[in-house]
Amino acid sequence: MADVLRFRDDAAADEPAVSLDAFLDQTNAVSVRIEAGDDVRRLAPVLDRLRLVEIDFPKFRDGRGFSSASILREMGYTGEIKATGDVLVDLIFFMRRCGFDSFAPNVPLDPADAEAALNRYPYVYQHAADAEVPIWQLRHPELANG
Amino acid sequence: MYKYDQYDDAMVRARVEDFRDQTRRRLEGKMTDDQFKPLRLKNGLYLQLHAYMLRIAIPYGTLNSTQLRKLAHIARTYDRGYGHFTTRQNIQFHWIKLEDAPDILGELADVEMHCIQTSGESIRNISADHYAGAAADEIMDPRPWAETLRQMTTFMPEFSYLPRKFKICVIAAEEDRAAMRWHDFGLRIVKNEAGEIGFEVYPGGGMGRTPFIAYKSSDFVPQHQIFSYLQAVLRVWNRHARRDNIHKQRMKILVHELGEEEFTRQVEEEFRHILTLGTDFPQAEYDRIAAYFTPPPFETGLPEEIDRSDPDFAVWIDQQIAPHKAPGYAIVNVSLKPIGGIGGDITAEQMEVVADLAERYSFDELRVAHTQNLVLPHVRKADLYAVWQQLRDAGLADANLDLVTDIIACPGLDYCSLANARSLPVAARIAERFADPAVQHDLGELKIKISGCINACGHHHAGHIGILGVDRKGTENYQLLLGGSGAEDVSQAKITGPGFDEAGVVDAVERAVNHYRTIREPGERFIDTYRRVGMEGFKEAIYG
Repeated sequence: MADVLRFRDDAAADEPAVSLDAFLDQTNAVSVRIEAGDDVRRLAPVLDRLRLVEIDFPKFRDGRGFSSASILREMGYTGEIKATGDVLVDLIFFMRRCGFDSFAPNVPLDPADAEAALNRYPYVYQHAADAEVPIWQLRHPELANG
Repeated sequence: MYKYDQYDDAMVRARVEDFRDQTRRRLEGKMTDDQFKPLRLKNGLYLQLHAYMLRIAIPYGTLNSTQLRKLAHIARTYDRGYGHFTTRQNIQFHWIKLEDAPDILGELADVEMHCIQTSGESIRNISADHYAGAAADEIMDPRPWAETLRQMTTFMPEFSYLPRKFKICVIAAEEDRAAMRWHDFGLRIVKNEAGEIGFEVYPGGGMGRTPFIAYKSSDFVPQHQIFSYLQAVLRVWNRHARRDNIHKQRMKILVHELGEEEFTRQVEEEFRHILTLGTDFPQAEYDRIAAYFTPPPFETGLPEEIDRSDPDFAVWIDQQIAPHKAPGYAIVNVSLKPIGGIGGDITAEQMEVVADLAERYSFDELRVAHTQNLVLPHVRKADLYAVWQQLRDAGLADANLDLVTDIIACPGLDYCSLANARSLPVAARIAERFADPAVQHDLGELKIKISGCINACGHHHAGHIGILGVDRKGTENYQLLLGGSGAEDVSQAKITGPGFDEAGVVDAVERAVNHYRTIREPGERFIDTYRRVGMEGFKEAIYG
């Protein structure tokens, strides 16, 4: 079992993540930790120095982190987004779609289970933070170029 | 009606295999039921009092005969020979074995059906006017929009774990036959002055322990922005809802706590942002889906006259038929509320009779109403007598649409592990009390709705007369409510006073009805009289 399942080629930021308030107070921090109730839009002015966002799932039923990741990607953030806490393998397909690209749950994921979960669905019905082409677009190849 | 293409089929099949794998892990003991629970719930499988219950989605309540025959087959093969239609236009089977569930899903996939998002904290099956595509008063068929939204809300990644369930309803007429404003997200399709199609949007409704009627947040969202608007609503709720108390996590609570104005403001701000992302589907995709809902080839020059010489048939016609948009056609309501029966229940044999009728007389189309009845949407008036005879022979020709015996009731404590009290026997006792057809017709429209617990699956908040079963020191107790409505005259029912035991609540309903009969003015329905005179007089009549 790997403790972190990572889908990036760049070197991981090795600095421990700090809270959102602490991150905004400092000028040289590169890693931030987002709790479930935090507003990631507060990071908009400082995106250029950000390399790692850890988004915590206090319990798997708390889906706020899905919106936090989606919003970060919509803001143009391209650094690492790591899911931590109570992360279940059955949800990582959707997490990947929201822009998460690394996973460090309390209970490490079995890489084989993760692989199976990520490849379960052959298509997607809607746009998200990933590059997947939605079904409606596959149905209308004539629209691809404009 | 809509036909799956290779993509829809592949998605449903993938879900079957996904669920087969999850079930296998559970049966092999690799998962506890606690771990399995959220997974099975997102696929409509509940563990109830006696067995597993499987809830099958019937998108916007539309079925064809092949699908209904498949449901009959499932009832016979995997259940006890019957099924139960629900207040969300779905069907439930109550005696399912866990090890059979993946095979059932496979059988459903063969007829383009599934159980995706029929329970759990997800965007549920989208409901619609059960007269859609047939109603004389609709401005268009709402189902192409319901189907488009069904696809767009299937496996939405950002909303994989919503605070609670989320229910969408789409209608396209002034008359509300689908309880639209009791949904989390109600849509009414409208035309603006320029003749463009758009949506009136009503967020924040819901029943349950804290009922709210949805408010109007927008008079007109242009049609091709509705998915963006929906995402904005979902995002505001997903980010800001409470997560510490499951009873306070429905969207209606957030709307109430923020206030309608502030909720609307936040939604509009998010909406403007999401519009810039370009996630709405294009006209070409809407057109592709809408083509499946082209009206069937209605014949022209058909007679309007109906031979009423058989008096029993005439009674049925007067109660069960609704106006159709095409001359010479009628909408037929098939009652699943026989006196002495269980509302919404239907046997495998009856399903096959209705499937045959749909195939032969209604362009192969059927509808499920949230009132737990069935609809044959497109029947030639000239065929009504033949349809009635076959329904009668199958025990499906009760003439009680919207009358006092057309009772909505949840499965209650006979089946449901959440319930505090039984609903079905109370419904049966009331129906028996008012069984006389002359009495029913004299009373006119009177909607009784019964829930076996505060979760309100039996819509008691929206009943002209509502009944709520509660647990009072270990015994079943029933509160009586008056004045609710799920229609365009939407209102929330109020509790009359102290509760009753089972026999007592039936008597109390009778006293309320008798009071209405005594004081009504000509043409007044029960609800009209109640609204005119208020609670006090009824209270006196009920409690003496």
